[in-house]
Amino acid sequence: MTTLPQLHNGQALPLRDIPELPLPEFRSQIVTRVRRGRRISSLFGLPDGGQIMLLAVLANDDQGMLELCRTRAQDRYPALTPDAPQAHWFEREIAEQWGIVPQGHPWLKPIRFHRCYDPGRDAWGRGPATPIEPCVTDYFRVEGEEIHDVAVGPVHAGIIEPGHFRFQCHGENVLHLEIELGYQHRGIERALMGIADSQCAPSSIRHPPSAIRNSPPGPRAVHYMETLAGDTTIGHATSYASILEALGNVTPAPRAQAIRAVALELERLANHTGDLGALAGDIGFLPTLSYCGRLRGDFLNLTALLCGNRFGRNLVRPGGVRFDLTGPVVTDLLTRLHATFEGVQNAVDLLWETPSVMSRFDGTGAVSQQDATQLGLVGPAARASGVNCDVRSDHPSGMYLSHDVPSVTLRTGDVAARAYVRWFEIQKSVEFINGVLRALPAGSVRQEVRPPAPEHVAVALTEGWRGEICHVAVTDDQGRLRHYKIVDPSFHNWFGLAMALRRQQISDFPLCNKSFNLSYCGHDL
Amino acid sequence: MKIMPWALPLAAWILAPLMLGIINRVKAFFAGRRGPSVWQLYYDLFKLLRKASVYSRSTSPVIRVGPAVVLACMILATLLLPWGGLAAPTTFTGDIILLAYLLGLARFATVLAALDTGSSFEGMGASREVQFAALAEPSFFLGMLVLVLHFGFSGLSNMVAGISLETWQTSGVLLILVACSWFVLLLAENCRIPVDDPNTHLELTMIHEVMVLDYGGPDLAYVLYAASLKMWIFAALVVNLLVPMRSLAPWLQAPVFLAGIVLVMVLVGIVESIVARLRLQQVPKILIGSALLSLIALIVRLVG
Repeated sequence: MTTLPQLHNGQALPLRDIPELPLPEFRSQIVTRVRRGRRISSLFGLPDGGQIMLLAVLANDDQGMLELCRTRAQDRYPALTPDAPQAHWFEREIAEQWGIVPQGHPWLKPIRFHRCYDPGRDAWGRGPATPIEPCVTDYFRVEGEEIHDVAVGPVHAGIIEPGHFRFQCHGENVLHLEIELGYQHRGIERALMGIADSQCAPSSIRHPPSAIRNSPPGPRAVHYMETLAGDTTIGHATSYASILEALGNVTPAPRAQAIRAVALELERLANHTGDLGALAGDIGFLPTLSYCGRLRGDFLNLTALLCGNRFGRNLVRPGGVRFDLTGPVVTDLLTRLHATFEGVQNAVDLLWETPSVMSRFDGTGAVSQQDATQLGLVGPAARASGVNCDVRSDHPSGMYLSHDVPSVTLRTGDVAARAYVRWFEIQKSVEFINGVLRALPAGSVRQEVRPPAPEHVAVALTEGWRGEICHVAVTDDQGRLRHYKIVDPSFHNWFGLAMALRRQQISDFPLCNKSFNLSYCGHDL
Repeated sequence: MKIMPWALPLAAWILAPLMLGIINRVKAFFAGRRGPSVWQLYYDLFKLLRKASVYSRSTSPVIRVGPAVVLACMILATLLLPWGGLAAPTTFTGDIILLAYLLGLARFATVLAALDTGSSFEGMGASREVQFAALAEPSFFLGMLVLVLHFGFSGLSNMVAGISLETWQTSGVLLILVACSWFVLLLAENCRIPVDDPNTHLELTMIHEVMVLDYGGPDLAYVLYAASLKMWIFAALVVNLLVPMRSLAPWLQAPVFLAGIVLVMVLVGIVESIVARLRLQQVPKILIGSALLSLIALIVRLVG
C-alpha cells in the first residue's frame, strides 16, 4: 500500500503535497484502507477548473493520523459504496451537489433535495423546469398483500425538527425503514464561501448574484457554525476555530484550550443528561424524565457561567475564547458541577434499578458491531456497538493531549447500551472537567489569528456529544475559502438508526430514535 | 321512582373527571412537579365543548357517530353500577352481561371510527385495541363467573350487596384474586401504564389515544369524558369487591365508597410513576396473567 500524505487533527497541509491520483487508484486506496479499519471522515467534491476534485479524509484511529487523497472526476466514476459501504451517504451527497454519478451505487438518491451546485448538471437528469421538493422521490418498497406502508413526518407530534420516515411493515414488525431529510437545508457551507443558492439560503445570508466567490471567512461565519446544529454549538465552533488556527498557523493559548474543553464537556453533560431523561420519558418512566430535564438545565447554566449563554454561543472564537475564567467562577463551577452530578447519579440509577425499564431497553434496536463498522457509525452509537472510536483519545488535540478521557465500548449495541454509554461518558466528563479546572493553565485566552495560508487544506476533528465532527477547508491562491466541508456526526449515524429498526416492532421506533438522538439541521446543513 | 339509587350515577357523572385529575397529581408528585390542577379536565371539557368540530374530507359519518355512541354506552353503564348496599337505578338478572356488552359496543364504535379515517396510525391503533381487548375479556368474565357461583346469578346490585365481613372471612381469597385481576384490567382498559401511555405524543406507540387523534372540539370532549366514566366504572367494580359494604352503617357507605375510588386512583398514579411502559409484545402476557388470577379464583371456588 503506497503511503498517502498524513496530518494530525488540527493541522494544515499545502494542497500540492496531496498528489492527484488517477481515479482507479484513488478508489483502490480508499477501499483497501477502509478494509484495514480506516474510517471515511469526509469525502466530498469541489470545483476545480471545469472538473470536480474529489477529496477524501481517512481517519487512522490506531496511529492518530488523518490521510488525504484526491482525484478528478468528470461525469461519472465507479462507486465506492459496493466495496466500502460507509461511503454511501457521501456519494449520494457528491452526486447531488456536483451532478457526478457514482456508477453502481446501490441506492442513489438525493439527500438534501436542492439543485446541483454546477448549474445545468444533474445526476438524475432533472431539467431546470422539474421542481425539486424535499423528500419527493422514490422509496424502497416491500411488495405483498400483508405489507403496509407507514409514513411519519415531516411534521411530528413533538416539538422536534422535520424529517420523513417511511416504514415497510408486516403487522407490527418493521422490515425496512427509510429516512429522508433535507427540510432544514439552509446552504451553510456555501454561505461561508459567500455563495447563496436562491433555493435554500435564508434572506439574511443571501448575497447579490455578483457576490465574489471564495470570500474570506467573515466575522459572521462563526455564527453560522454556532447555529449549524444548535445543541452542538461548542463542538462545531471549536472545529471551525481549529481550522482557521491551522490555516493561520497559530496555536491557541493553553488556558483558552482548557476553557474550550470544559465547555465541550459541559455540552456533552447537558445533552447526555437530557437524552437519558428523554429515553425514560419515551417509556413512560416519569421520575428520571423530570429530574433529568431539570438537571440538564443545571448543566446548561454552568455553560452560562462561562460565557453568559446557556448554549455556549459567543464563547469559542478563532484564536481562543472570548471570556476568561476568574477564581470565584471556577470555585462556583466546581461546586455546582458536583451537586448536579450527584443529582444525575440518583436520577439515572433509577433507570438501571427498575426492572421494567431495563426489560424495555435490553435488546431493543440492536446494531451489530459489523454493521456499525461497515456503516462508519461514530460517537456513543458506535461505542455502544463495540466500535472504539473517540476523537478525544484517537486524535487528541488541545487539552485532550494532556488530560486523558477514557472511552467505553459495549457489545450489545441496543438501546440499553446506548443509554449506558451516555451514563459512563457523563461520569468521565465530570472527572475531566474537575481535573482541568483544578489545574487551569495561566496566561491569555485569545490571540490574533493570521490570515489563512493560500492553497492549503486543513482538517479539524472534534468529538462532539453525538460523535465525530469533521471540518475540512481548502483555500485558494489568496488565502480565501475555496471550499468548506462540514460533516456532522448525524451524517454518519442516520443510517444506523434505519438499521437498528430492522426486525423491530414499529412501536419501538420512538425509543430507538431517542437513543440515537440525531440532528436534522446538522445533517441538512 | 326512588331518588336514592340515582345518587351514584350522579356522583359518577359529576366526579369522574376529577378522578383523572387525582391520578395526574399523584404522578406529578412522584416526578417532583406540582402538576396541573385536579380540575384540569373540567376546564378542558368546557373549552372543547365551545369549539367546533373539524372532519377530514376523506371520512364518512361513521367517525361522527363514534363519540356519541361511546358516551351513550358509558352513561348507560353507570346506571348499572351498585353502591354497596344501595342498588343501582336499573338492576335485573344478568345485567352484568349488558355491562360487558356496553363496554364492547363502545370499543366497537371507537375502532370503526378509527378505521374510517383511513390513517395508517389509527388502523394500527385499532388493530392493537382489538387484539388486547380479546385478551382482556376473559379476565372480566372469569371474575364475573366467580361472583355468580358465589352469590347466585342475579343482578349486579344483589351480588355486590351480598359482600360482608363474613364473606371476607369465608372466601376473602376469591375477592382478592378477582380484585387484583380486575385492577390489571382497569389499567389495560383505560390505557394506563404499563399497557399504554395516556400522556405520550408518540403516535407509533399508542394504543387507544391514536384512535382518537382525529377528533377535536365537542367530539373530543365526549371521548375524554367517556374515558373518565370508564375509569370510574372499573374503579367502582374493584371498590365494590374489596369493601364489605353490608357491614358498614348505611350513612358510612357513600363516603367509604368515594374514598375507595380515590384510593384506587392514587394506586393507579403510583403504578404509573414507578413502572415503565411494557414493550407492546409483552402486553398480552400481563393480560393473560390477569385472566389467570381470575381463573385461579374460579378453580378455588369450584374445588373449595
